Amino acid sequence: MEQATVEMRNITKRFPGVLANERVNFKVTAGEVHALLGENGAGKTTLMSILCGLYRADEGEIFIKGKKVSFSSPRDAINMGIGMVHQHFRLVRPFTVAENILLGSNDAGFILDMDRVEKKIENLSKKYGLKVDTKAKVWQLSIGEQQRVEIIKTLYQGADILILDEPTAVLTPQEAEELFKVLQQIAQDGKAVILITHKLNEVMSVADRITVLRNGKFVATVEKKKTNIHELTKLMVGREMPEVKKAEDFSPGGVVLELKNVNALNDKGYPALRNFSLSVHEREIVGIAGVAGNGQRELTEVINGLRLAESGEIFILGKNMTNRPAQEIIDAGVAFIPEDRLGMGLVPNLNILDNIILKSYRKGLFLKGPFLDWSSIREKAESLVKEFDIKTPGLNHPVKTMSGGHLQRLLLSREVHSSPKLIVAVYPTRGLDVSAVEFIHHVLLAQRAKGAAILMISEDLDEIFKLADRIAVLYEGKVMGTMPVKEADLREIGLLMAGVDRGGEMAC
Amino acid sequence: MLSVFEKKKRILRFERKLTISPLSYLIVLVISILLALAVGAIFIRINSFNPLEVYQFMFESSFGSAYGISETVVKAIPLMLAGLGVALAFRMLLWNIGAEGQIYMGAFAATAIALYLPRLPAGIMITAMLLAGFAGGAIWSLIPGIMRARAGVNEIITTLMFNYIAILWVNYLVFGPWSDPASFNQPITPKFPVSAMLPTLPGSRIHLGIFFGLVAAIVLYLVLTHTRWGYEVRVTGESESAAKYAGINITRNIMLVMLISGGLAGLAGMAEVAGVLGRLQQNISPGYGYTAILVAILAKLNPLAVVIVSFLFSSLLVGGYAAQTIGVPAAIVSTLQGAILFFVLAGEFMARFRLRYVRRGD
Repeated sequence: MEQATVEMRNITKRFPGVLANERVNFKVTAGEVHALLGENGAGKTTLMSILCGLYRADEGEIFIKGKKVSFSSPRDAINMGIGMVHQHFRLVRPFTVAENILLGSNDAGFILDMDRVEKKIENLSKKYGLKVDTKAKVWQLSIGEQQRVEIIKTLYQGADILILDEPTAVLTPQEAEELFKVLQQIAQDGKAVILITHKLNEVMSVADRITVLRNGKFVATVEKKKTNIHELTKLMVGREMPEVKKAEDFSPGGVVLELKNVNALNDKGYPALRNFSLSVHEREIVGIAGVAGNGQRELTEVINGLRLAESGEIFILGKNMTNRPAQEIIDAGVAFIPEDRLGMGLVPNLNILDNIILKSYRKGLFLKGPFLDWSSIREKAESLVKEFDIKTPGLNHPVKTMSGGHLQRLLLSREVHSSPKLIVAVYPTRGLDVSAVEFIHHVLLAQRAKGAAILMISEDLDEIFKLADRIAVLYEGKVMGTMPVKEADLREIGLLMAGVDRGGEMAC
Repeated sequence: MLSVFEKKKRILRFERKLTISPLSYLIVLVISILLALAVGAIFIRINSFNPLEVYQFMFESSFGSAYGISETVVKAIPLMLAGLGVALAFRMLLWNIGAEGQIYMGAFAATAIALYLPRLPAGIMITAMLLAGFAGGAIWSLIPGIMRARAGVNEIITTLMFNYIAILWVNYLVFGPWSDPASFNQPITPKFPVSAMLPTLPGSRIHLGIFFGLVAAIVLYLVLTHTRWGYEVRVTGESESAAKYAGINITRNIMLVMLISGGLAGLAGMAEVAGVLGRLQQNISPGYGYTAILVAILAKLNPLAVVIVSFLFSSLLVGGYAAQTIGVPAAIVSTLQGAILFFVLAGEFMARFRLRYVRRGD
């Protein structure tokens, strides 16, 4: 067997209370696209952060091209030809593309020769099909373009081991397709490409070999040609996954939520929602598809009374609730599962009892005279913990000590136990392990069966296809189109997400 | 986790805990006091005194006699009331450092009642002075509260600045319009009528203010743990975005909390003039409002703990006054206070870490 470009042996890394990596072995050879597959929390990013010098392993050895190395900073790793494209880009927004690429390389003399730098970038760009405008400022670029800049930056620094952390999370399906072509091109050029991901179809479409991690441990390295999605799921999750079956079709009932030409600004004061119109009915799940940052946050905040609409109207069960305070919207029977679970949806330093009553402490249910009735609150909490199978060190412990999946169960249990009329769920399963995802899908479908209207925002198209009755595509604060899931076509949704409307025209 | 040193097979390792128990906090507090005393000993030694003798003398002065205990209780009253106010505001992350000024305004308002309505019968007089004292402090903190709630003005700066206004306002009154003509230009007002004095425990200077303090502590504790409004305060203090999400009216609560916070400090001022001094004068507070911040922080903003910590700090004050009589510099009290705070903050940080000696790979 040929020599590995990267070999990590018996890597162990501990964080307080967590064993992030335990004796992990990982081998990559030049010329391959190697997927590092695992659920969230499996230790993929930790392992790669060790490889690129951000963390130091507690135990284990790293060999680069057969030579044992020990990195004390990312600079050492860069010098060994390791480049990483992080999930959150590290670009200086007011700088041009060329300036950003030059930054962090040793290629600059005392006097900057930008012409030479730009020429070099253009060569790289042509070679791998990474289109960029060297003179554009970074803030003018789309997310996809910024990602290309990050990739060129690592190549410019001479990386021949390229690591990408969940690169498709911010891309439309078409952009992802293009990225994969580039990655394969880079691999063919004799470089090693490592792709961190938890998405199985990505792995199957781009990787040559796949290493699976589970709970911080190495599970297997397999060749794509000799495996299939079914086997990979088993390796990743550790057991067979039952399919969540969508409940039988319902005829949706009356309109629960209606938005009419809503306009709203984002935190910076720029338009985030533009003439947004949408309705959600009883017994209906509407999935909002769209690349993150296209108005999703503002949409949910406007509905829940946490952000003012500049114009337009919002009706909940026929009642005009535009710009009403959050309290009234809660009282109208709206449940909200926010993106920021711990901090907004749950109070980290307060215990389960305190968190259970966050939405209902005003109501008579938990009051005895002017006082909170802690014994009935405890009773309720105990029954919810049991019903939703929430693992907790105790009802009196601060919730911040709980794991992500169980936090979301707690949040969901609180939001649905009062039989809401409308549920606004934002990335309800992001970052959760498979069994928690399954459970949460199950709860949402059960709520739909009970008659709730559900507006679900997800970055995972598979999730939307699985749960939703209707899909609305959001692009730059507008609805690009809505369609029943049964008639939806992935390609078309991808185009709509990129702002190309059905006639093939770019929206502006 | 941090490996501090490595031997062949075993390593010493720090592990971080997310929470610390009340018991370990108590241990931290005791150790901190001992360490602070050790630091204080150095300074006492530099001043050519025997630290052990000085500490013994300080302890005896504050606890060793009926008079000492009475003085300790008397000085704990303003610390307790103002400390409760500070603790409430800090609970909601409102950094009200204006308790000193609020004490002065409470004292001013209570004095106004005693001076302008001297004929009120005792019960009504005390009630009116209580309300006035509370209102004086409350208005003084409500103004920064409104500015913070409505316009986002930083309350640290406004409450601090308001201290100077309040202190100078009282100075103006006692030197000028309210100055006692019989005092030959001393900065004091005339003596209050007897009806305006808080009753004292026979044979001591301990006055009814101790009752205000204890009741306020218990009420505040119950409000925070058992009422809807207290719940709102706790949620808002922990996470403002969660509070908004829950539909809590944060603007209103900021103003309400600031109002009550200042009101409690105002009561401290009222208790000082009506319970101890019997008149308004210059320097009615030797920095009770600032010490109250330390009290609140060391009590971890728990109202019941504020009661205990205020006794600790008042005994320091009383002991410090006594130490001055034998020539120890007055600064020793501030030194000890500061050192205790320093060690508690450091100790609390360290209590979050557990040092373990483990085999590699464990």
